Amino acid sequence: MPLSWALFANFLLAAAGYIVGRSRAFATAGPDVRKLHSRPAYHGASVGLAALLPALAVLAAGAILRLAGVLSSDTGPIIGIVALIAAIAGLGFGVMRIGREYQARNVVEHMVLGLLMLCSLIAIVTTAGIVLSLVFETGHFFRVYDWKTFFFGTEWTPRFQGNSQLGIVPLLWGTMYVSAIALLVAVPIGLFAAVYMSEYASRRVRGFVKPAIEVLAGIPTIVYGLFALITVGPLLRDYFAQPLGLGNSGTSVLTAGLVMGIMLIPFVSSLSDDIINAVPQSLRDGALGLGSTPSETVRQVVLPAALPGIVGAVLLAASRAIGETMIVVLGAGAAAQMSLNPLEAMTTITVKIVSQLTGDSDFNSPETLVAFALGLTLFVITLALNVVALYIVRKYREQYE
Amino acid sequence: MTDMPLSSSAALPDRKPASLLEQDARTKARNAAEKRFRLYGVAAIAISMIALVVLLATILTGGAGAFRQTYLNIPVTLDAAVLDPKGNRDPAEMAKVLTLSYGRVLDAAVEATVARHGIQIEGLTEKDIDGLISKEASAQVRDRVLANPDLVGQTVEFDVLTGGRIDGYFKGRVTMESAERDSNTSPQQLLLAQELADRGEMVTRFNWNFLTNADASDQRPEAAGVGVAILGSFYMMLVVLALAVPIGIAASIYLEEFAPKNRITDIIEVNISNLAAVPSIVFGILGLAAFINFAGLPQSAPIVGGLVLTLMTLPRIIIPTRAALKAVPPSIRDAALGVGASKMQSVFHHVLPLATPGILTGVILGLAQALGETAPLLLIGMVAFIRDHPDGLPGGLFDPASALPVQVYNWTQRSDPAFIERASGAIIVLLIFLLCMNVLAIWLRRKFERRW
Repeated sequence: MPLSWALFANFLLAAAGYIVGRSRAFATAGPDVRKLHSRPAYHGASVGLAALLPALAVLAAGAILRLAGVLSSDTGPIIGIVALIAAIAGLGFGVMRIGREYQARNVVEHMVLGLLMLCSLIAIVTTAGIVLSLVFETGHFFRVYDWKTFFFGTEWTPRFQGNSQLGIVPLLWGTMYVSAIALLVAVPIGLFAAVYMSEYASRRVRGFVKPAIEVLAGIPTIVYGLFALITVGPLLRDYFAQPLGLGNSGTSVLTAGLVMGIMLIPFVSSLSDDIINAVPQSLRDGALGLGSTPSETVRQVVLPAALPGIVGAVLLAASRAIGETMIVVLGAGAAAQMSLNPLEAMTTITVKIVSQLTGDSDFNSPETLVAFALGLTLFVITLALNVVALYIVRKYREQYE
Repeated sequence: MTDMPLSSSAALPDRKPASLLEQDARTKARNAAEKRFRLYGVAAIAISMIALVVLLATILTGGAGAFRQTYLNIPVTLDAAVLDPKGNRDPAEMAKVLTLSYGRVLDAAVEATVARHGIQIEGLTEKDIDGLISKEASAQVRDRVLANPDLVGQTVEFDVLTGGRIDGYFKGRVTMESAERDSNTSPQQLLLAQELADRGEMVTRFNWNFLTNADASDQRPEAAGVGVAILGSFYMMLVVLALAVPIGIAASIYLEEFAPKNRITDIIEVNISNLAAVPSIVFGILGLAAFINFAGLPQSAPIVGGLVLTLMTLPRIIIPTRAALKAVPPSIRDAALGVGASKMQSVFHHVLPLATPGILTGVILGLAQALGETAPLLLIGMVAFIRDHPDGLPGGLFDPASALPVQVYNWTQRSDPAFIERASGAIIVLLIFLLCMNVLAIWLRRKFERRW
């Protein structure tokens, strides 16, 4: 890996530049360091950066050109040497600049500011990367597959010989069904827990329960998935599905929904906790002063005041439920069907993304490319939910600030 | 209108004069509603606590077995004629002898042990006796012989792995009834195992190999371990630590301290809060499309997993870091600026050190989340079956590896129920790591918490 060696050598050169620049600055200052505009360390840093930045630019450009196929892959050593030359030139230039009047600190601070700004742009680059890769590959998919069949088709039967039916409707149905059950579990429990903790619980109870609920939030979803697979699924099958004659499947919508509901409890409760705490105390005091009981205060004053925020929290929870993967992979099953029976196995968008993209996949067949279209659909749905929810929550916060 | 006729109170239904000592029906109803409401709250908390306890209890009881393993202690005569046909004890020559031959040597040793103890069980076949030990055992013996060729020709005591069904019998997973229906074992075999255990030849003890071994194939759950997965997870965490932490902190400093209030800053902020809520599997798709298909990085490599997790963790580090920076009071900045520091100096010399505990807490929690993430890693091929440990750093970053949560998923897809026990065991390992990280974060928060 000559490029990584070049990188390493460049960092060494930059470190050397720092030392050289610093001692050079001391030398120019003479006996009184105060004669310098900037402290010697800044002179050192400016030389170091002058050596490092051009070399990094060369390396990055080389890597990108190689990826784009403009340069062949055996040009690594040449790029490395060019980068080293750039670093040495930069170092020389930096040392030349040192003088009593040279404003090294301002230069270094500008560069650092630029670096900080660059880092904050990575978020935008990531979003752009997600959107580009999804849109690009989805475009591929719609060139080999009819978009009307994808969005309105009610059958999902991928076949590797070709001629697959790839309709998203049954997957959407499964996703919505599981998410609805999860929200039915999580919203009341999470909301009541939050109300109890912020309005009733003593300090001691809160000090114990709050971290315990946070533990629930810290458990990875694969653990919930395994719990659904080995405990909840067989339990529901043996005690509900089979006696009631509703099915015979270890994986079901209800299994995944219940377990996902448990996973979302801490999410809903901590969000609603923040929102309930943001309701001004004066509203509560007013209601209590008029003679209402604490529960009447909560139901008729606090909750209506917090309602927009809570709606936002529920929407965020819904977006999480729709995008959740491991619990549904292990708990909901893989059969794409539309049924009302919650004890039957159904499947979701995320499950199918996993199943179409794991293993050996041929990136030209619609069976693989459909995963990107599913991903784009998922991204758009969750993004819409998030944007609306964040907007509501933000508006709500402004109201009481 | 002060002289409103008092008679208007007559319009109310005839209420008895209220007494403070006696509750009327309406007060009773309101108090009952109050009590019910409280009860709902208690019930909600109780349900979440019960769910937590049941969840942890099932995983812990289910996975504890993975840390214990049954071994058979037998003297093995390492026949020189079979294991070193040329007779020169040259490891290179002996490496040509396949595990199959070692299997025959081991079978003979097991049969000899059974005969030595004079165990007689009706209906016991030779297949039952040979099936006592794991298929992995011959590889175990071969590795030791190749490491020390002088052992050939001697009779050496070996602790060999027993088969998955035998191991399951001692852990209560396999019973006589289930053995009846199982083509891989038989009640006679279990009786024989019990006899050997009674005589002290077969023992179940702590299983270090679970923590160091690589994954094993479908037929030999007894040899499977999380060694490669732990190493892979560790490498990915190193990548995340090296990339996400500096970039995340730098971005937070910019947004909190330097960014002008304009459209671009707004866009970045909205972007970050949205990225934090993008489903993790979408990051997996990004990793597949950008790092593997476009950049040509190898599949299943910790570097790719680390990059994907870095992108995913960034917003989760930026949000708490910004909160920590915001919590440093402006008086600190003003004081630094007042004595002549530049803006940059006030941030790096004063604000950042004061915010460090809060930042560290956020960083550790972000890393903990990244450690438990599964879905995006499935898409970049980390779910593949990997037998070999990845190299040391930095080359190991490009070797195929697994990750702890993915290994769990992988094992849930196998048919043998012994793998479910392994999966729960791997989760215990994962939870122990997460627990350590969270305890560290809480300790940091408590120790350095500052009220301004």
